[in-house]
Amino acid sequence: MTTRVIMAGFGGQGVVLMGTLLSYSAMVQGKHTTFFPSYGAEMRGGTANCSVIVSDTEIPSPVVNEPDCVIAMNIASLDKFESRIRPGGVIFVNSSLVKKKVARDDIEEIRVPANDIAEGLGASRAANMVMLGCVLKKTGAVAVDSAVKSLEKVLSERAMALLELNKKALQRGFEEVS
Amino acid sequence: MAEERLLMKGNEAIGEAALRAGCRFYAGYPITPQNELTEYMSRRMPEEGGTFIQAESEIAAINMVYGASAAGARTMTSSSGPGISLKQEGISYLCGSELPCFYANIVRGGPGLGNIAPAQSDYFQSTRGGGHGDYRVVVFAPSTVQELVDLTILGFEVADRYNNPSMILGDGILGQMMEPVVMRESVTYDPSGKTGWALGNSEGRERHMITSVRLAPGTLERHNVHLRKKYLEIEAKEVRYELYEVDDADVVIIAYGTAARVAKSAVTAAREKGGIKLGLLRPITLWPFPTDAIADLAKNKQDILVAEMSFGQLYEDVRLSVCGKAKVSLLAHTGGGLPTEDEIIEAAGKCVASSEPVEIYPVLE
Repeated sequence: MTTRVIMAGFGGQGVVLMGTLLSYSAMVQGKHTTFFPSYGAEMRGGTANCSVIVSDTEIPSPVVNEPDCVIAMNIASLDKFESRIRPGGVIFVNSSLVKKKVARDDIEEIRVPANDIAEGLGASRAANMVMLGCVLKKTGAVAVDSAVKSLEKVLSERAMALLELNKKALQRGFEEVS
Repeated sequence: MAEERLLMKGNEAIGEAALRAGCRFYAGYPITPQNELTEYMSRRMPEEGGTFIQAESEIAAINMVYGASAAGARTMTSSSGPGISLKQEGISYLCGSELPCFYANIVRGGPGLGNIAPAQSDYFQSTRGGGHGDYRVVVFAPSTVQELVDLTILGFEVADRYNNPSMILGDGILGQMMEPVVMRESVTYDPSGKTGWALGNSEGRERHMITSVRLAPGTLERHNVHLRKKYLEIEAKEVRYELYEVDDADVVIIAYGTAARVAKSAVTAAREKGGIKLGLLRPITLWPFPTDAIADLAKNKQDILVAEMSFGQLYEDVRLSVCGKAKVSLLAHTGGGLPTEDEIIEAAGKCVASSEPVEIYPVLE
């Protein structure tokens, strides 16, 4: 099985952390994985995105043209990536910030009020982990336990204070979708 | 103990591998898409007791590398295309003076300032010497982050073995991506093999001279013959490549780096679909070039398809290798374009269908 995910949002929404955690967890589970960031002309407050592939077999290019799954943390991300999802793929929309609905009818739309859920847990900045939890449930790309355990490996030292909040947010996201 | 797998960015993996290889001097100047390497060295080099210098320019950086190498240190620099262009003068001097060093070119789109997207268009610059004079540098072409590690370490060894620079030709994707790697054990670098020529510690010995100037009549030609013999030895001993599903292939793709990753999955996909039998020959050294292995494909009457992220540079070496004895076709992207699996499979179909070589530029179609 191969899962190709694009995660996108404002700079500061934790898109790169989401991608790194997914990729790291895949590595821990002995899977093949690549992480590829958009790089270059990005800036704080602008858009950031990264592509992660998790696979049971060797991965050719880490560049994802046609993702199985997109996480749109803001409206710009929805606009940019909706058209690229493979038919039958899934888009996770952060409905706390994005009111617009997905236009395509050949993909599944999962709306998650990620900021609101994270706010309820203690801080809206854990919205990224709520979203990632949803993705893990839906795609089965990696086990949620493995992601929870990997968190302390990928969080920066200064974010360690938020370790427990992030763990809770991942679990909560995992339980959010069926 | 099981080897620990780390999730590392290509640029950082080069830096860590260089430190494990005993490199204790890095001088560089920032440029995308290799900045993480310079940044990594700025943090890690002092931790290892080495010297990191952000030079005032690329030209200064390569000349600092020259100086450190002359003193017997394992030394490196890195940049991307435009910066490597500036370093060519110094690289020529290093070759003329027979000084080892290692450097990485994480290629961006050119010519000129181009863009910061991944490309392979510095192939000629790397494999033909690149600066002035009659010289070569050993060019390694990794296609995974693990290979960035392994070939960086090998790069230092090869440079020291031949007293000549060696380099990694990567691309923006390899530099920017993260992938699991197994980091190698650190080596204790022993500079004693260089005491016969390195500068410093000069008390009580004949003076050593390191120079690339040879003005007396005949001396430069004699020196260049000596270099030539060295290059022939490198060509005989240091060629590296990987063969994948080549034996029964109707079309053998020749590709390196990121393009080879895509080609490999095209080979697998085409075979799963029961279509044309594809194979892959992936050069791991671009100079010395796997000429003989490619000539063998021609002997076996196999068609060849070159897939590269430049407009026919690798293609030229492949055609030189087969000397007209095989049908060599080209699939080329440039300036950030990347071949897809489907493009490669489709191009292979066109190769088989045509009695003449075909050149395919998907962006022009």
